Amino acid sequence: MAAAIEFKQVNKWFGKLHVLRDITLAIQPGEVVVVCGPSGSGKSTLIRCVNRLEPIQSGDVVVLGQSLTSPGVNFSQLRSQVGMVFQAFNLYPHMNALENIVLAPMKVKGLSRAEAEKIAVALLERVGIPEKAGQYPAHLSGGQQQRVAIARALAMQPKIMLFDEPTSALDPEMINEVLEVMTDLAREGMTMVVVTHEMGFAKRVSHRIVFMDEGQVVEEGKPETFFAAPRSERTKLFLSKILVH
Amino acid sequence: MMLAGILGLQYEFRWSVLWESPYGYWLLQGFKNTIVLSLLAWAIALLLGIALGLLRTAPWRLPRAIATAYVEFFRNTPLLVQLFFWYFAVPQILPAGPVRDAINSLNLDTPILTLNFEFLAALAGLGVYTSARVGETIRAGIQSIPRQQTEAALSSGLSLIQVYRHVLIPVGFRIVIPPMATEFLSIFKNSSLAVTIGFAEVTFQTQQVNSYTFKGLEAVTAATLIYLAISLTIAAFMNRMEHRYAIPGLIARGAVRE
Repeated sequence: MAAAIEFKQVNKWFGKLHVLRDITLAIQPGEVVVVCGPSGSGKSTLIRCVNRLEPIQSGDVVVLGQSLTSPGVNFSQLRSQVGMVFQAFNLYPHMNALENIVLAPMKVKGLSRAEAEKIAVALLERVGIPEKAGQYPAHLSGGQQQRVAIARALAMQPKIMLFDEPTSALDPEMINEVLEVMTDLAREGMTMVVVTHEMGFAKRVSHRIVFMDEGQVVEEGKPETFFAAPRSERTKLFLSKILVH
Repeated sequence: MMLAGILGLQYEFRWSVLWESPYGYWLLQGFKNTIVLSLLAWAIALLLGIALGLLRTAPWRLPRAIATAYVEFFRNTPLLVQLFFWYFAVPQILPAGPVRDAINSLNLDTPILTLNFEFLAALAGLGVYTSARVGETIRAGIQSIPRQQTEAALSSGLSLIQVYRHVLIPVGFRIVIPPMATEFLSIFKNSSLAVTIGFAEVTFQTQQVNSYTFKGLEAVTAATLIYLAISLTIAAFMNRMEHRYAIPGLIARGAVRE
């Protein structure tokens, strides 16, 4: 089976800063991959390359069989198949939860309002907040906003979901409600790439963990071996720092 | 003389000059001309200004450079000088011929006002000057929206044009309603400069009343009250707009509290 996402010797610079160094990585359909590493290690940049929020300078990224460096790629069409959830939620503040969710299905896929709302209502049910459909983002808690953001991404019926530190901006008691939604999604077979520091989630849910440092993939492996027997010193140091609490 | 009047010395008030014929009619004409000039100039300023503001935030280099040059030029030269440019310089730049003659001798009575070159020059000056300021306000509004908002919209498959249409414009425009209200108020007050190129708006007519009656205090009082009434009406209207289109929970209303 062809990989859902394939990084082939990807290099990226921000000015002189070499943020991704020769990344080669394949993610299979249905696989849940957690990307972790210290701040500034390039993990967010890595997943932002998948839907081309960041262009790359050399190498290639192939997403759902489509090379992103080949000429004439339809990024809008590609992005409609790759959902993304951000640390800061980024809901549209002038639209209520339902309107946030129906916008892309109506404008990109051309669904009627009735069709799109039907999907949106079902998704709000699925993320556990059907009663919040008419609420504006400013009147929702962080956890609720993030669940709306997940519903918004799912409304496009994507084949891949990218999560960029989805719980980092949340109060501790709200983290679980978001992780539960993500866990359900993983169990249903969604292809997911998750940048997170939630090691509990990584242990329980992911199929593979990728550890990055200074723009490189230092180590990758199944969660059992990654946590029990990390190979590199850098990984051991990182784990010792984040697993104490 | 005016100061003496205020101090209650020798000045004899004659408020009736404000409604006596023909002075009352002149002031009314001036009021109407001020309104027509300002509203039409505002329409031009909004159309051009929105286009300028959006181009200044867009990722296309040449249009952005042109919009920036336009804004910086017209925002950073005095309106009075710009009015003189449109009124005195433009007719001389035009090649001699039927177009120039037509502009110079233009005098067309329409139901709303007398269409003459004074009006056109004032309209161009006020509209273009204000469009640069409106453009700057719109740009600031769009750029105050976090970049991630655009990324979230793009990552759902919307095109850049759709992101502007459904996210950046609706949010950005709501944010700038208060400074836009200021620009809208300014255009009425700035329209008084059209007196210098002979357009018969309120300030011009006030001068006329003074010249004919020597009742300057009454005339200037009338002008002051007319501008004040216009401004307060506009301010109330824009205040209602601000409340009506407020983004729930995003923009604080009323005073900042400790």
